[in-house]
Amino acid sequence: MADLSTRIEQSGATRRQFLVGSVAGGLMMAFAARTSVLGAAKTLGEGAYAPSIWVQLGPDGRILVNIAKAEMGQHVGTALARVVAEELEADWADVEIVHVDSDPKWGYMVTGGSWSVHTTFDQLSRAGAAGRIAMIEAGARLLDVSPDQCIARQSTVICKDQKISYAKIVAAGAVDRSFSDEELAALSLKPASERRILGSPGTALDIPEKTTGAARYGIDAAVDGMVYARPVLPPTRYGSVIQSVDDGAARKIPGYLETIRIDDPSGTCQGWLAVIATSIHAANKAVDALKVTWQPGPNAKVDEQALLDEGDRLVNDPESGALWVREGEVDQAFARAASVVDTTYRTHSVLHFQLEPVNALAFEKDGHWHIHTGNQWQSLILPVVAKALAVTEDQITLHQYYLGGGFGRRLYGDYIIPAALTAKAVGKPVKMIFTRADDTGFDCARSPSVQKVRTALDDQGTPIAYDHAAAAGWPTYSMAPGFLAEKIEGGGKVDSFSISGADHWYSIENQRVRAIRNDLVQESFLPGWLRSVGPGWTGWAVEQHMDEVAHAAGVDPVAFRLSLLDGKGRNAGDSPANRGGALRLKAVLERAAEKAGWADRGSLPEGEGMGVATCFGQERAMPTWVACIAHVAVDKKSGAVRVKRLLSVVDAGTIVHPDGALAQMEGSSLWGLSMALYEGTAFKDGMMADRNLDRYTPLRMDQVPDLDIEFMDNDHMPSGLGEPGVIVVAPAIANAIFAATGVRLRDLPMRAADVKAALSG
Amino acid sequence: MAEFRLNGKAVSVDAPDETPLLWIIRDELGLMGTKFGCGIGQCGACTVHLDGTATRSCITPLSMAQDLDVTTIEGLSAAGDHPLQQAWVDEQVPQCGYCQSGQIMQAAQLLADVKNPTDDDINQAMSGNLCRCMAYARIRRAIKKAAEMTPMNAETTNG
Repeated sequence: MADLSTRIEQSGATRRQFLVGSVAGGLMMAFAARTSVLGAAKTLGEGAYAPSIWVQLGPDGRILVNIAKAEMGQHVGTALARVVAEELEADWADVEIVHVDSDPKWGYMVTGGSWSVHTTFDQLSRAGAAGRIAMIEAGARLLDVSPDQCIARQSTVICKDQKISYAKIVAAGAVDRSFSDEELAALSLKPASERRILGSPGTALDIPEKTTGAARYGIDAAVDGMVYARPVLPPTRYGSVIQSVDDGAARKIPGYLETIRIDDPSGTCQGWLAVIATSIHAANKAVDALKVTWQPGPNAKVDEQALLDEGDRLVNDPESGALWVREGEVDQAFARAASVVDTTYRTHSVLHFQLEPVNALAFEKDGHWHIHTGNQWQSLILPVVAKALAVTEDQITLHQYYLGGGFGRRLYGDYIIPAALTAKAVGKPVKMIFTRADDTGFDCARSPSVQKVRTALDDQGTPIAYDHAAAAGWPTYSMAPGFLAEKIEGGGKVDSFSISGADHWYSIENQRVRAIRNDLVQESFLPGWLRSVGPGWTGWAVEQHMDEVAHAAGVDPVAFRLSLLDGKGRNAGDSPANRGGALRLKAVLERAAEKAGWADRGSLPEGEGMGVATCFGQERAMPTWVACIAHVAVDKKSGAVRVKRLLSVVDAGTIVHPDGALAQMEGSSLWGLSMALYEGTAFKDGMMADRNLDRYTPLRMDQVPDLDIEFMDNDHMPSGLGEPGVIVVAPAIANAIFAATGVRLRDLPMRAADVKAALSG
Repeated sequence: MAEFRLNGKAVSVDAPDETPLLWIIRDELGLMGTKFGCGIGQCGACTVHLDGTATRSCITPLSMAQDLDVTTIEGLSAAGDHPLQQAWVDEQVPQCGYCQSGQIMQAAQLLADVKNPTDDDINQAMSGNLCRCMAYARIRRAIKKAAEMTPMNAETTNG
C-alpha cells in the first residue's frame, strides 16, 4: 500500500543535521540540508548550507516558530507550534508563529490530505527536544552545575533552587550545539503522562486578528501602482480558441484600460482573456460589455448525465481500470455464493465554494517575480508558473497569506497563471480577482462518480467476497501525475486519492477493488481534490452497501459491522500510524452505538430513524477512525429530511490541540451534512452550472443539527482531522432515511424532491 | 464626489455613483476587513452598518451612502473589544475567518434589536451569513455569550 504522506514528505529536501546556535543576539534552531563542519552558530550565522530556521528565540524570551503550512481555518500554526513547545519545555505565552514564503529551503510545501500534524509530529518533537537539551546544557554552564541535575520547565532551566530563563541563556550567547541525524533519532520523547501542552486546553494564535478585520488574506494584498484585472473565461476549460474580440462598448466604461489575450506556454489558460482597469468595478463592468467569440473545445456539449453514463459503462466493463486491492479468489467465491447484493451508487459534481474567490497579485521587480496569494501546494504550482512566465523557479517567490477557505481548492494554484501572465503583458503589477461565478464556473470541482459494489454471501448470510469498482475523474492524473501510485495489476498507475476508502478494514476473505479513470471527465473539465477527497465518495458507497448487506443478511447494521472488524490479517495494522488496526474502528463504533442509544432506536416515532457509518479517514497508512450515528426525521409528504442529531466518536491518536480538533470535527461533520442534503451541482455547457448562492445552497445556521463529538483518549501517533469527519455523514444519513422510511437513496445529494420521488416510487 | 462618514470620520470619494460600496471601502479607503464573497448579497461577508443597519456592501451603490454613517468591522469598537469580538475569541469561533467580519457586524445589529436573542431570533438574523467552514454552533454560542455581557449598549458602539 502506498504511503502517500511519506512519499510527499520524502520528496522534499533531506535533512542531515539539526543546529542550535547563537546568532546576532538571538538563538536559532534549524535543520541544515548538509552536514556542516563549521559548528552550529557559524553555520546559522553565515546562512551556509541554506539552513531552514524552524524556531528563533529572542533575548526577550520570545519564541518564534516558522510555519511552512497554509492556514485555512485549521489553526495549523498553533498545532505545530504546540508540538515544538511541548518538547522544548517552552512557556506557551512566549510562542509566536509566522507563515513563510515559498523559499526552497522549507522543503516540499503542501498543505492537504489531513497530513500536517501527522507528517511533522516526529520531526518537530525531536527539534523541540534537541532545543531543550541545548538550553539545558547552556543553562547548566551558566549556573555552573551539571546538565543532568537540571530540568527545563516554562522556558526556564532549573537546578534545585537555582534557575535561569531561556531569555537569559539566549542573551548570554555562546550556544553552539549540533545534533546529527542519528542523535536526533535517538532522542527519547516525553511519555504522554508528562505532556504539559499537547492534549491540554488552549486557544489558537490566529483567532484574535480574525475578529477585528486585521487578518490579511490574499485578496487583501496590494502594492503601489497596481492595476486590477478580471479574467474572461472561454466556454470550455480545454481547447477553446478565440475568434474575435470587440471592446467597443467596454471602451466607454470609465477606468477601462485594455483587454489582452492570454498566451500561456503552460497550457493552463486555453482561450482566456483578461480585462484590465483602474478598479475592480470597472473591470467587472468591462467584462460584461466585452464581446468575444470563441470556437469552443470539443467537449462543449458534454453534460453531467453523459459523465455519469460513461461511469456506468466503465464500472460494468470488467476490463477497465486497474486493481487497487486483490485478496483471495473473488470470482470463485461469487460463483459459489448463496446470494449476491449488487448495488450501484452515484455522486454528482460538488463545488469547493471557498468563500474567498481565487485571486492573485503578481508583479516583477528587478528580474524576480512576486506572487501574493493564498495557496496550499506551492511546490506543485511553482514549476507551472515558471513555465508560463518562461523564467526559472528561483526567479519566483510565492508570498503566503491566510486562505479564505481552502478545502482543496487552493491545492491547485491555476489562478496564479492568468494574473502573472497579465502582469507580464502590461508590465505593471496586476491584481486579478475572479468574480464568484468565474471562480465556481471553472472550479476544479469534485468529479461525479459511479460505483458498483457487490457482496457475495454464503447460506449463513456471511460475506465471502467483496467486489468494488469505482469510476470518476482523477485530480492527480490532471494536476500532479508524479504522485500517481502503483497499482496491483492492470494498465497504468492509479490515483490513490480517487480510490482510497474502498480498501476498507472490514475482514472479508476475498476482496477486489478496481479504480477506473473516467476520461470523459478528464477531457471535459479539471476534476479537483475536495475536502475528504476520494473517501468522501467511496465511503458513500462502502457504508451504504454494508447497510444493504446487513439487511439482506437480516443482521443489525452495527452488529454486522462489528462482526467484520476483527483486526486480523491485513486489518491488524502494520505501522505506528495504524497500530491496533480495525480493532480501533470497532471500539469507536461500539462507543457511538452505546452513546446514541442505538439499541433503543425501535422506540423512535414514526418517520424517524437512525443510521450508522464508519470510516478510517483519508488512507490506510494514516487512519483516523470515526463512527457516526445520524438521527433523522423525514416528512413523508414533502420528502424533506431534518437531521436532528449527528453523533461521532473519533480516534485520531494523540490530540495535539483539543479545541482545534473539535472545531475541525464540527466543521467537517457539517460539510458532510451540507453535501448530503444541500449541495451538488451539474456540469453543463463547459462549466459547473450553479455558480452562485442563488442556485448553490450550502448549509446555513438554521439547518444545523445537534452535534455530539467525542474523542478517544490515547497516546497513539496523531493522525489527521481536517477531513475524516466529512466521510461518515452522508452514508449515515442515507442509512437513517432507509431506517425511517424503507427507501434507499443511492444518488448524492439527497434532495427533498429525490426523497419524495423515492417514497412515491 | 460622494461624501459620508466612515467609522466616524468624514470621507469623500471620487468614483462612479453605482460603484459597490464594498470596493470603495476596500480599495479607495483601504479598510480590508470587509470581504468580498458572492457579489450578490447572499453570503454576508461584506456586511457593514449604514446608519446602524446591517447592509450588504457588495450590492449597495456608493450613492446610497451619501451623508450616512458607514461602520465597518474596524470601527465596531475602538480596541477590537466589542462584546461580540470578545465572545468570538472566548468561544474560539473563527476557522478560516473570512466571513467573520460580516458575521460579527450582522450579529451586532441583532443584539442592537434584541437584547437576549433566542435560537429562533439567531436563526432568523444569521441565516443570511454563510460560514463555509461551518462554525455555526460556535457563532450561536458567542452571540448568546455577548448578549450576557454587561453593559451592552449597542448605541454607543455605533452598532
